[in-house]
Amino acid sequence: MTDAPSLPIRILVAKAGLDGHDRGAKVVAAALRDAGFEVIYTGLRQTPEMIVDAALQEDVDAIGVSLHSGAHMTLFPQIIELLKARGGEQILLTGGGIIPADDARKLQEMGVGSLFGPGTPLAELVEYIRTEVAARRERGNSTASP
Amino acid sequence: MTLAAEIRQGDRRALARGLTLVENGDPAAAALLADVGTASRAHRIGITGPPGAGKSTLVSALTALWRGDDRSVGVLAVDPSSPFTGGALLGDRVRMLTHSGDEGVFIRSLASRGALGGLSAAIYDAADLLDAAGFDPVLVETVGVGQGEVEICRVADTTVVVLAPGAGDVVQGMKAGLVEAADVLVVNQADREGADALVAALRSAAELRDAPAPPILETTATTGAGVDELRQLLDARVGDAEGESLRARRLERAHARLRAAVDRARAHRYWAAREDALARAAEAVAAGDTTPAAAVRDLLEGDA
Ligand SMILES: Nc1nc2c(ncn2[C@@H]2O[C@H](COP(=O)(O)OP(=O)(O)OP(=O)(O)O)[C@@H](O)[C@H]2O)c(=O)[nH]1
Ligand SMILES: [Mg+2]
Repeated sequence: MTDAPSLPIRILVAKAGLDGHDRGAKVVAAALRDAGFEVIYTGLRQTPEMIVDAALQEDVDAIGVSLHSGAHMTLFPQIIELLKARGGEQILLTGGGIIPADDARKLQEMGVGSLFGPGTPLAELVEYIRTEVAARRERGNSTASP
Repeated sequence: MTLAAEIRQGDRRALARGLTLVENGDPAAAALLADVGTASRAHRIGITGPPGAGKSTLVSALTALWRGDDRSVGVLAVDPSSPFTGGALLGDRVRMLTHSGDEGVFIRSLASRGALGGLSAAIYDAADLLDAAGFDPVLVETVGVGQGEVEICRVADTTVVVLAPGAGDVVQGMKAGLVEAADVLVVNQADREGADALVAALRSAAELRDAPAPPILETTATTGAGVDELRQLLDARVGDAEGESLRARRLERAHARLRAAVDRARAHRYWAAREDALARAAEAVAAGDTTPAAAVRDLLEGDA
């Protein structure tokens, strides 16, 4: 009942890393809002701790991280570890940036979702999050204790 | 352990889940709220005003001061949902990042989800959960440019209306309503030109009323100037001097809230048993076979 399709998807959108502009993240945040998502936008220079802290308080379905600093092989695994340690393992972690296919594959093995390169049509991202969140809600329902 | 017990013990993950149940109007929320047993301990403070006035920055600055006193602070930040897509951009956390990782602060962003005046019944319940988890005060930030102010009064013990210079024209059109709704008026961005003129305009608007004028404070949320005065004034409202008016406000709030909750529950039960009758009546009305008034009389027939 809780997860009837009419419940909006809640997603945290953050810009990680030290480079200083968040235009891309803001465009994504606005597109997700227009797709009917509730987007919690937290802004620039977010550390994994800040991202996970906010995601757990907000009880989001998904986290979208934008990063361009090349630190993806440290930041994404840290976020995944923190989510697991703090009871947020059902949250979808996705994102975008310039991420070589090899790295993306390694990250997915660690539990990160699909990652999107620059220029990916936003509709593709929206579709991916919708499908993935629906599946996770379904799973959450069937494993939830009565 | 039940979710309610976990929340009372300060489990943040449980609190986050409870807030989701409440926000979704989940059937489990009613039981949770009954179990969690809040005693309206927390001072509930509404912070409202036009977009960009500095509400979130002010909430963050106030929170820092209360943390200095070792008080835990709960924040509900409400932003409007799009009536067309249902989506919402909730950006208030950006101004509150200094509290990230602080166990004594809990911030939750809520979309209004089509509730009238930008505030939903869920806000009452969400404030109850923060209260039960031991947060005091509980701050509720809403964007208000009219209806919103009036609406927040029903949730808050104390309503702070925040304005900024440059909002001159907006204020012109809604001065009366603003002054009416405010227990405290704050002119933020006092470092900018026009702050004193805005204070003067508000003061003259307040003098037109019969009721005593609310206090008017100037703050610069970005530097913290004037924020401690605001904090002290808010804290004083739960002290002896203003305790009486706060009790009256809470009584009024409890009254309105219980009535609304019973109305909702009754309507729910009523319609659950009459979906078919409603469908038939609607067809008859749409086809012109009966009048709406006659259909209502028939539907209510036999219902005490
Ligand atoms: N100069 C100056 N700028 C301020 C002050 N307080 C806030 N600001 C700035 O005003 C802008 C809006 O501040 P917010 O705190 O986000 O305002 P808000 O009322 O919460 O905005 P919404 O939630 O979008 O309605 C930010 O750029 C702040 O840095 C102040 O006292 N002086
Ligand atoms: Mg704000």
